[in-house]
Amino acid sequence: MRHIDRQKIVDTVAKLCVDAALYLPEDVFISLKTAKETEASPIAKEILSQLIENAQIAKGEETPICQDTGLCIVFAEIGREIHFNYDIYDAINEGIGKGYCEGYLRKSMVRHPLDRVNTQNNTPGVIHIKLTEGDKLTLTVAPKGGGSENMSVAKVFPPAVGEEGVIDFIKETVRKAQGNPCPPVVLGVGIGGNLEYDSYLSKKALTREVGVFSKNPIDRALEEKIIKAVNETGVGPSGFGGDTTCLFAFVESYPCHIASLPVALSINCHAARHKSATL
Amino acid sequence: MINLTTPLTEDQILNLKAGDLVTITGVIYTARDAAHKRLVELIDQGKDLPVDLKGQIIYYAGPTPTKPGEVIGSIGPTTSGRMDTYAPILMEKCGLKGMVGKGQRNQEVINSVKENKCVYMAATGGAGALLRKYIKSCEIVAYEDLGCEAIRKLTVERLPALVINDAKGNDYYRKQN
Repeated sequence: MRHIDRQKIVDTVAKLCVDAALYLPEDVFISLKTAKETEASPIAKEILSQLIENAQIAKGEETPICQDTGLCIVFAEIGREIHFNYDIYDAINEGIGKGYCEGYLRKSMVRHPLDRVNTQNNTPGVIHIKLTEGDKLTLTVAPKGGGSENMSVAKVFPPAVGEEGVIDFIKETVRKAQGNPCPPVVLGVGIGGNLEYDSYLSKKALTREVGVFSKNPIDRALEEKIIKAVNETGVGPSGFGGDTTCLFAFVESYPCHIASLPVALSINCHAARHKSATL
Repeated sequence: MINLTTPLTEDQILNLKAGDLVTITGVIYTARDAAHKRLVELIDQGKDLPVDLKGQIIYYAGPTPTKPGEVIGSIGPTTSGRMDTYAPILMEKCGLKGMVGKGQRNQEVINSVKENKCVYMAATGGAGALLRKYIKSCEIVAYEDLGCEAIRKLTVERLPALVINDAKGNDYYRKQN
């Protein structure tokens, strides 16, 4: 049995929250630069330049990439040889509160969807725990902005819809969203499982590295087709038109019921923020 | 590039067309969903607003907290569509002339922009670190209890934006797609 000090978890989560808000992942930064080179539309090129400059300013001045520092999603992979003599959910939430308050990040959480009173420290987060082998704890913090989340959709289709129907659903969702989710977007797609599991997969997908396709050949083919189809919409950066609507699409799949083809699309803005640490 | 100064005049507005790149200089006000809800409640009750919106621009934005020694935190636009319910009444009854946000507006807002000779512009979504550099001063003028959603009076210098809906009823997004 291995014991991990509670304060270590609090401090690690706090640091991950701040780092995720300030530093655009390098893979996303590179994809923005590549897109700027290939983009044909002058206004789209200008917006991509602004987003590149934005990331540089955020890093240099230690100010958040975006004012919406998000709802904090935390993925915790816990080795089964670790023993906690405290509430791990509570420790993670304390870390979120510390990170958002001490790091000057925006507090965007309300205590109830209907009475809408701000909790003042951006807690609680949405915490996903997975048990793994060994004695390591991996924490991934992935803040998710509201503008892009509001454009995200989950739907359970009949199997006859097939690959073409899935691609069409994703393409039309991004087209209708226009400038709202701050394109160029990064797409997380969960297919299979059921309504809640494909939604989880779509978020987990967003923690992968931009530019690296799935190892599953079916998922990889779908990723390539989605990227092509979404970029054909012409929505473009900020919705101002252009070739660059989507920087990348990640697909995660899971077996499903004979009657269903569940699909969840989590749209992320260009700032596909996530940071991990292993304890 | 067209340089706008606030408060906006009818001449400045009628000169704009969807797709124009502009910069904004002068005083603008921030407001999001919660502040809009309160403003419209006051209008419904026939009461005065905490800010005079005549000729003014509202920036749909809620910044990150200001670090010591700085003017403001990161501040990019939020989704304008959420304010569609409230925007027409502010244009019709309070003389609001401009809005800056991101994303498309509904037909009712587009009509109201045309009828009241106003303008809706978009700033670059997701560029909050860059956009904060155009803000020279920031002061909370109403609803401090709303935190990031409080109404802030900002002095901006050459804040870049794109005209989406002009006073002739044009819509840049629809023209694109």
